[in-house]
Amino acid sequence: MAASYPQDCRYADSHEYVRVEGDLVRVGITAFAVEQLGDIVFVELPDPGAAISQGSGFGSVESVKAVEDLLAPVSGTVEARNEAVLASPEELQNDPHGEGWLLLVRPSDPSQIEALMDAATYSGKVDGH
Amino acid sequence: MATELQPGLSPFVARHIGPDAAQQARMLADLGLADLEALAAQVVPDAIRLAPDQAELGLPQGCDEAQALLELQAIAAGNAVRRSLIGLGYYGCITPALLQRHVFENPAWYTAYTPYQAELSQGRLEALLNFQTLISELTGLPIANASLLDEATAAAEAMALSAAACGRPEARRFLVDQAVFPQTWAVLQTRAEPLDIELVPVDPRQLEQQPYRFDGAFGLLLQLPGADGLLWDPAPVVAAARAAGVMVTAALDPLAQVLMQPVGALGVEIAVGSTQRFGVPMGFGGPHAAFFATTTAQQRRIPGRLVGQSLDAEGRPALRLALQTREQHIRRDKATSNICTAQVLLAVMAGFYAVHHGPEGLAAMARRVLLLRTVLSRALEQLGLAPLPGPGFDSLRLATPDAAALLDRAEAAGFNLRPEPQGLAISLDECSTLEELQRLLSALAPVGAPLPDLQGEWQALQRQLEGAGAHANPESLLWGGEVPQRQGPWLQQPVFQQYRSETELLRYIQRLVSRDFSLVHGMIPLGSCTMKLNAAAELQPVSWPAFAQLHPFAPPSQAAGYQRLVADLEQWLAALTGFAGVSLQPNAGSQGEYAGLLVIRAWHRSRGDHHRRICLIPTSAHGTNPASAVMAGMQVVPVACDDQGNIDQADLAAKAEAHAANLAALMVTYPSTHGVFEEGIQEICALVHRCGGQVYLDGANLNAQVGLAKPGLYGADVCHLNLHKTFCIPHGGGGPGVGPIAAAAHLLPFLPGHPLAQACGGDQPIGPVSAAPWGSASILPISWMYIRMMGGAGLRQASAVALLAANWLAEQLEPHFPVLYRGSNGRVAHECILDLRPLRRSASLEVDDLAKRLMDYGFHAPTVSWPVAGTVMVEPTESEALPELERFVAAMVAIRAEAAAIEAGRCDPQDNPLKRAPHTLAAVTAEEWDRPYSRQQAGFPAGEQQLASKLWPAVARIDNAYGDRNLVCTCPSVDEMAMPTAA
Repeated sequence: MAASYPQDCRYADSHEYVRVEGDLVRVGITAFAVEQLGDIVFVELPDPGAAISQGSGFGSVESVKAVEDLLAPVSGTVEARNEAVLASPEELQNDPHGEGWLLLVRPSDPSQIEALMDAATYSGKVDGH
Repeated sequence: MATELQPGLSPFVARHIGPDAAQQARMLADLGLADLEALAAQVVPDAIRLAPDQAELGLPQGCDEAQALLELQAIAAGNAVRRSLIGLGYYGCITPALLQRHVFENPAWYTAYTPYQAELSQGRLEALLNFQTLISELTGLPIANASLLDEATAAAEAMALSAAACGRPEARRFLVDQAVFPQTWAVLQTRAEPLDIELVPVDPRQLEQQPYRFDGAFGLLLQLPGADGLLWDPAPVVAAARAAGVMVTAALDPLAQVLMQPVGALGVEIAVGSTQRFGVPMGFGGPHAAFFATTTAQQRRIPGRLVGQSLDAEGRPALRLALQTREQHIRRDKATSNICTAQVLLAVMAGFYAVHHGPEGLAAMARRVLLLRTVLSRALEQLGLAPLPGPGFDSLRLATPDAAALLDRAEAAGFNLRPEPQGLAISLDECSTLEELQRLLSALAPVGAPLPDLQGEWQALQRQLEGAGAHANPESLLWGGEVPQRQGPWLQQPVFQQYRSETELLRYIQRLVSRDFSLVHGMIPLGSCTMKLNAAAELQPVSWPAFAQLHPFAPPSQAAGYQRLVADLEQWLAALTGFAGVSLQPNAGSQGEYAGLLVIRAWHRSRGDHHRRICLIPTSAHGTNPASAVMAGMQVVPVACDDQGNIDQADLAAKAEAHAANLAALMVTYPSTHGVFEEGIQEICALVHRCGGQVYLDGANLNAQVGLAKPGLYGADVCHLNLHKTFCIPHGGGGPGVGPIAAAAHLLPFLPGHPLAQACGGDQPIGPVSAAPWGSASILPISWMYIRMMGGAGLRQASAVALLAANWLAEQLEPHFPVLYRGSNGRVAHECILDLRPLRRSASLEVDDLAKRLMDYGFHAPTVSWPVAGTVMVEPTESEALPELERFVAAMVAIRAEAAAIEAGRCDPQDNPLKRAPHTLAAVTAEEWDRPYSRQQAGFPAGEQQLASKLWPAVARIDNAYGDRNLVCTCPSVDEMAMPTAA
């Protein structure tokens, strides 16, 4: 299945995306990741104020098949987290690139964002899986 | 090896092995083979295959069950059953006869497998939910798991959870109550050191005044009551610890906890302990069910198994194992625990014990222990042997220079008391009576001293307690000081209220039994689980008092029978594996892995090679392998597998050589987890040795090679064995297990020791990995009986027939389901993987659809989606006769035809008997039937033969996602049951 990946996002190898919104970035996981996981039952996210570091775990997402660590696509400080996803993990499954976002982050090194993949590159990478 | 009974084979061999000579001949003919020897030659590589005389070296000749029982009785007679008042986590108790006969000795309970196929396991899942509810009510913590291996390892799991949950990776200190049981301290030390955790002994009552001691600490373990027998109010220290960001664990005595304020209410976040004294005999150390309870905040970090409620496809409540993905078979080297089992049979016993007694019965029992302690204390005082002061529950300590003489006199009178550095200690229990205390006092009293009137003391104490006016606080009089006590009712769930009549309880137990599939119904063809016969003669000795009633720390002079049993088993297992020695201490396969890796680590360190920390593990390995390696302080480097499922030897060579300077070990399963004897195992072992590493062999698949090949001869250095697979200890519905390790001579000095058993372990031992010196000692007679009755020749025959059964099944099923992996001669080992992935595309079928549909045909599913997703792994074992194998083949072929109907468009891709399996009696007999297939096809797909013996799945397909999103893991209270089900 070729999901469409929003053009306004940048993508990490580990299937997280970021969308720049002013000074902040919105972080989530891609439709591809969600499809691979199957029924999502639990999401664990850091508290606002926490520091996250590119490439390091910031939480986890659990499905009936697997538990996957969430890896930070950029470094920064958590400004907000999506409480709706914590309360009902189905939100993430239903709309990963929209209502199912995970964190709002204030990036500490915006150059990291540019180094991520664009939608076409990411799409090419996961295509054929 | 002829197919007919050889003169050298004992009559038991034909009872243990399912296919008789004629059936074996037919199966061999179907495979185009002349005899079993020809099959073994095709399956087991020539380079490692042994001739019969080599294989049988060091093993007994087989014998019949009467002879073996006689010999074991003579060995058991070497044990002396005394009244052990030693305590330290092991106490006398009374197993209600109903539970002895209908649970402990009932094959319907003990031959069941782990309840992964929940629709056929609702009975023991409910029994486990009762256990979890009991623990939750005892501790005041909402989430209790379905049991752990023993109290000491449960404490170690609490340490690991606290370290992971505290969120401060730099905090590496774990504060431990100096009154912790010595075996718990020793196991914590074993587990802490490889993880760079520092254990700090503390007097918790002083901590409030020493807040600096919390610096750098992530956790604190309290023991209540402590090894000193004392109780105290932990609330202030718990508050201080929490304020410092330190997680508090309490190790508890469940009987004391009946009367005490639940620790959850005091801010304790983890509670652990052993439920041994809830109706399970001491058994020289185990098996018993330990417990682990915690807060909802930690529910997704809880180690081990957790039973939770969900809904089935018909919207009815249904139980199943919750949060499975948190287990190490998914998390691998990221898991914080390698625990993948429980002590189900013993947890079921403890749960039923509470159902049997109810909260008021347990409270009366606990209170009686407390009263007897006070009476004994007063009487000892009158004899001039005043115990040390302080509140407590069941134990008294005497500081006396005459301890040695007193202990001797007590022993002569039939009592074991606990020696202490400056005195002795006495722990009372459910079995204690005034009459018994009288005898004990007679033994302890100085010559000529008048004996106290215990009956009079008892009555006087009762009067004092009733006449509240006479004493300001009668309860503190009873406890010997201020102790926070339980207020208000508890254990109010109906199951703990309803069964005071034995008739009612018998029927409740039977109702649960009737919902579970076990070996009494049919084969359980689980790959890698070896669900073979658990013969009655093997199980019978476990109930003998000479094995059941020994305290693990009883004087060695009373345990000569166990010493002989252990020595025989160690010698036989060493002979079977080709190794120099054995440790029986690990009480599960995962614990064997851990112990084996620690032994390898100790060997490297003894040579100054502290830096050797790399552990190579093939990606096909069981998830416990990487989890155990990380716990042993090693760094996991995965090794690839080729298309045939074999270790990619080029990748192995590249990685072994790249890491040669730091290589610690290779963990390899043989035959592989893919059910194949790979060629070149000797070369693999030699390569690892050349690179400075040791070879750890995972013996999960030993049933394929007993008597045919020996790991110690083809190059491994240490291996674990699962006595609960290969050597007939039943699975108990998910535990107990025993996972001894066998090791080469150079590793023997490092075999695990024990602080309370000099005779245990090597001369430079690693610390203990289990609470008891010989682990789950009381079930070792099962494996002793098996080996004794089969003899060396019988064991070889069993392995050969296990290979025959698996290869015959593979041949029969290949036209219908591709067999994924085969060895170089086109043969599988003792199990085979059937590929169902093509059905996903052709018929929209998942592997679960087939697994659940097998239930309708009267089978337990094979292993599902392991080691390869979308496949099943089938292991028939040697114990299933040909008609049962044929019945299984017929069911599989029929299910394939049902799938073909979907492929051909004759069946709806969603509304068909596979997708809607399993079918309950309620569904099949409902007034309404609107499915496009018949009720007969739903419920009796195998036809008439099923009418005689249909085990209906108790519930329809269970919704796992719903249950994991809405975690419920205790029994509903009366109030909750009265509420309408939430949408």
